[in-house]
Amino acid sequence: MSKLLEARALCAFYGATQVLFGFDLSIEEGGITTLLGANGAGKTTTLRALCGMVRTTGDIRFDGKAIRGRATEDIVRLGIAHVPQGRGTFSRQTVEENLEIGAMTRSGRAAIDADIERVYGYFPRLMERRRQQAGTLSGGEQQMLAVGRAMMLRPRLMLLDEPSFGLAPLIVEELFGILRTLNQTEKVSMLVVEQNAALALDLAEEAYLIETGELVTSGPARQLRDDENIRRAYLGY
Amino acid sequence: MELFLHQVLAGLATGGIYACMALAVVMIYQAIDHLNFAQGEMAMFSTFIAWQLIQWGLPYWLAFGATIAISFVAGVAIERVVLKPLHNAPVLSHVVAFIALLAILNSAAGFIWDYTIKSFPTPFGNGPLFEQGLMSKHDGGMIAVTLLMLAFLYLFFRHTRIGLAMRAAAANPESARLAGIRVGWMTALGWGMAAAIGSVAGMLIAPVVFLEPNMMLSILLYGFAGAVVGGLTSPGGAVLGGFLVGIVENLAGTYIPVVGREMKLTIALFIIVAVLCVKPSGLFGRPIVTRV
Repeated sequence: MSKLLEARALCAFYGATQVLFGFDLSIEEGGITTLLGANGAGKTTTLRALCGMVRTTGDIRFDGKAIRGRATEDIVRLGIAHVPQGRGTFSRQTVEENLEIGAMTRSGRAAIDADIERVYGYFPRLMERRRQQAGTLSGGEQQMLAVGRAMMLRPRLMLLDEPSFGLAPLIVEELFGILRTLNQTEKVSMLVVEQNAALALDLAEEAYLIETGELVTSGPARQLRDDENIRRAYLGY
Repeated sequence: MELFLHQVLAGLATGGIYACMALAVVMIYQAIDHLNFAQGEMAMFSTFIAWQLIQWGLPYWLAFGATIAISFVAGVAIERVVLKPLHNAPVLSHVVAFIALLAILNSAAGFIWDYTIKSFPTPFGNGPLFEQGLMSKHDGGMIAVTLLMLAFLYLFFRHTRIGLAMRAAAANPESARLAGIRVGWMTALGWGMAAAIGSVAGMLIAPVVFLEPNMMLSILLYGFAGAVVGGLTSPGGAVLGGFLVGIVENLAGTYIPVVGREMKLTIALFIIVAVLCVKPSGLFGRPIVTRV
């Protein structure tokens, strides 16, 4: 397998405050990688750094192309879909308009319409609410809409920021099942940031564990899950 | 009763002016989420450009089209040069920039074209539209053009992808960027369209109020009133609001003895305050539903 995304010596800053302190990260083509860590470890910042949403130093390559320092819109257009924390819903627009927005960089009406139907296939609940203002959806439905919107980009890589946040266990199970299907049938590589380590380690093949902006350890997800010390010290289960 | 009907018709005629301006106000509010206080002066400046082109011998409709194009480009340029550097600044900085623009455009127009009142031609003719003479042909034409622009905007925003991209960029810029939308250019496009619509409003209003650098000061206020009455989120509501303000102003001038010509402007302010107190989203604005 080849590397789809590679970051070296990744540092990120909010104003003068440094948040990430130079670690390396790579994502396998076609795989699911998870990024774990406690509150404030820098997980969200890492995703934002990859998308050019914060000031960053180091080297970031997507499919071999250097992308650090480029505008967020341009990075997204290369095929990186970011499902942000808080879901980024366009609350005044309808569900279907939200999906249309996700496909804004594409052309070809027929393909876009087919993809909207495909999203409804994965998330039938969105189909029922297609004409409804997206702000009125439940948290779980909005998370599904956010994933659906990301799918509309036809991405090669999906960055997911705490997809399980604030959702009921049953909904989480459904959502993660769909993520797994997307990865397998649509060949979308994923980087999943999670606080729910058990859940994420089940989903992913590779895992990174960070603490206060520095790498603690990385390796196959199975290995982190089986390491008693790491589990006790960092993952809390 | 006849007096009442006369006044309503006359109100519709002036309401057309306000509706035109209200439409431009709502347009930019949709794009940038702020009221642009320089909107009126931008429209006035565009009208002067049209006047100059006509003075140079261009036929009316050619000057009309050229002015719309020039205004569009100028609107985009203003956003790129003046407002883009401010895009992370607080609202107050924007307001100050708007007021600076207002003052600069007003003085520049006075400097280039001086403050004498100029007449501006109408393409529709000055005769009465009906036999009773309540509404002139120009008033009728102005209302028709306003409704036409409204229809165009509706189709543009509801049924084109770029219209949806503009709405997305205004509603949630960060999320729009993550969908690959070039948010900065969408805002610039919104400014360009608002400037173009403003220029149409200016060119239609100028034959009625005459052309001079201060022609838009009170009209912008009525435009704001119309936009607030109709709802700042609804172009259709803004046009209707503009007509309502025109009618209310005329009726109040006729039936309420203390409201003479001098007090008419007060009515616009009164309407703004009253609507904001009773129904802040306006008569036709969509109240924004959010889960809490």
